[in-house]
Amino acid sequence: MWTFVSPRIVFGEDALDSISTIRGNRALVVSDPGIVKAGLAERVVDRLAAEGFQIHVFSEVEANPEIPTVQRGADIAREFEPDWIVAVGGGSPLDAAKAIWVLYERPDLQPAQINPFIDLGLRNKARLLTIPTTSGTGADVTWAIVLTDPIERRKMGLGNWENTPDLALVDPAMAAAMPRQLTADTGLDALTHAIEGYTSTWHTDMTDGLCAHAAADVFDFLVRAVEDGTDMEARTHLHHAATSAGLGFGNSMASMAHAMGHTLGAMLELPHGRAVSLCLPYTLEFISREAPDRAALLAARIGISSAGGEQGARTLAQAVRHLASQVGNPLSLEDAGISQADFESVLDKMVADAENDTQMITSGRSATSAELRRLFEAVYKGHAIGF
Amino acid sequence: MSYRFPSDEWIKELSRLLNESESYESSAKNWEGDFVFEIQPDEAFPDTAYLFLGLHHGKSPEASILNASDEKPAAFRVSAPYGTWRKVIDGALDPIQGMMMRKLKLQGDLMKVMRYPKAAKEIVSCCALVPTQWPEA
Repeated sequence: MWTFVSPRIVFGEDALDSISTIRGNRALVVSDPGIVKAGLAERVVDRLAAEGFQIHVFSEVEANPEIPTVQRGADIAREFEPDWIVAVGGGSPLDAAKAIWVLYERPDLQPAQINPFIDLGLRNKARLLTIPTTSGTGADVTWAIVLTDPIERRKMGLGNWENTPDLALVDPAMAAAMPRQLTADTGLDALTHAIEGYTSTWHTDMTDGLCAHAAADVFDFLVRAVEDGTDMEARTHLHHAATSAGLGFGNSMASMAHAMGHTLGAMLELPHGRAVSLCLPYTLEFISREAPDRAALLAARIGISSAGGEQGARTLAQAVRHLASQVGNPLSLEDAGISQADFESVLDKMVADAENDTQMITSGRSATSAELRRLFEAVYKGHAIGF
Repeated sequence: MSYRFPSDEWIKELSRLLNESESYESSAKNWEGDFVFEIQPDEAFPDTAYLFLGLHHGKSPEASILNASDEKPAAFRVSAPYGTWRKVIDGALDPIQGMMMRKLKLQGDLMKVMRYPKAAKEIVSCCALVPTQWPEA
């Protein structure tokens, strides 16, 4: 027995106009300075104002949102008393909004206490609307919340089914202005969600199709969207793929590439999508030595390789590397400009954090501390995994 | 040799396997907090049993069956009917998924547990390694 959770989703051209369907009086818009500067938050605020909402904009969310930030946001929510939390942005504002919402409804909780084993009792004060402005995070439809503890420099995987958004407006126009690098990073993030959601030990019949479809569309459309940002057909497919992958991995969990990527992002300040996708081919190769079937099945399903077993899984890993290379992303930490000294100074902590990241539990193959160290070293140098 | 579940011999064998597991030791090297597993009665097992598993810094210093749930203090308590425990030990139910579906109830510092997911997985992996004799078999 397992379950599948999802918000109501309005997607496609003019999906943003469906703001008119929500009923309420006060909206707290959670976003970041870049989204405000780009005018994307304003598009949302204008539509909310037209519906008669009183609006407060909290736009202090940083990349990799930190605990003090969401606590500040929750303080503002308690003062403003919204009946809708409206999250506008990439994964960081969306995750921050989920945490702000929980802390607003449950002031007795600390952020680190948001876990899936308790009943939160949300929706007494507000509901959550998400509007993604990147095509990668999937956070518009998942219940996962990733926050950074700035003291420990550790990303924490939090969340509870109840904090799944009520409504997601997935409008490709909101992501149309993404610059080339952001398009590449977020598209590879979506691919990592799709592949890890499919290969996770928690995958189900309900998630497989979503993940496979999303993976195929990222392979088919990411290069086009990166090379020509005005290609709205490619952008639309990618935007929808990101949400499909979010529905998939949000219900089957991500896996080892996320466990490693979370700490890479926190310790070496890499964008989330670049960090997790950089790790993905290596973790696929590592897992494939003992449990290759899911990756090989996905490779066959999306037409990358008909070879079964380890060969099929390794071909999928190579296809990920090839796509990353096509969109100009690094294939190793060394390529990403990380110095050997910086890498070695944080290696022990990255191994320890990755080993006990919540995403590690759904890996088809467990990694010991020693194996994780070798994996990180391989990611640094760009060496394929043979152990 | 197989060990009847639940019994003092069964939990001691699990403790021994954990002490041999390098993977558990590395993932739980900073862990402090003992567990009591409460096996609740159902159609296949009419009794209630309590298994104590001491866990400290990657090792299991002691383990025993208890006569009462409060015979030994423990930071964490996991409760479920016998049939659910059997599914976990057989590998048919992931205990984390089981807790999310409220099939197993966990009491204790959940924030702390969330920081050691791999250690939890290693404990379950060791459970599967205990040659188990089921009472209804």
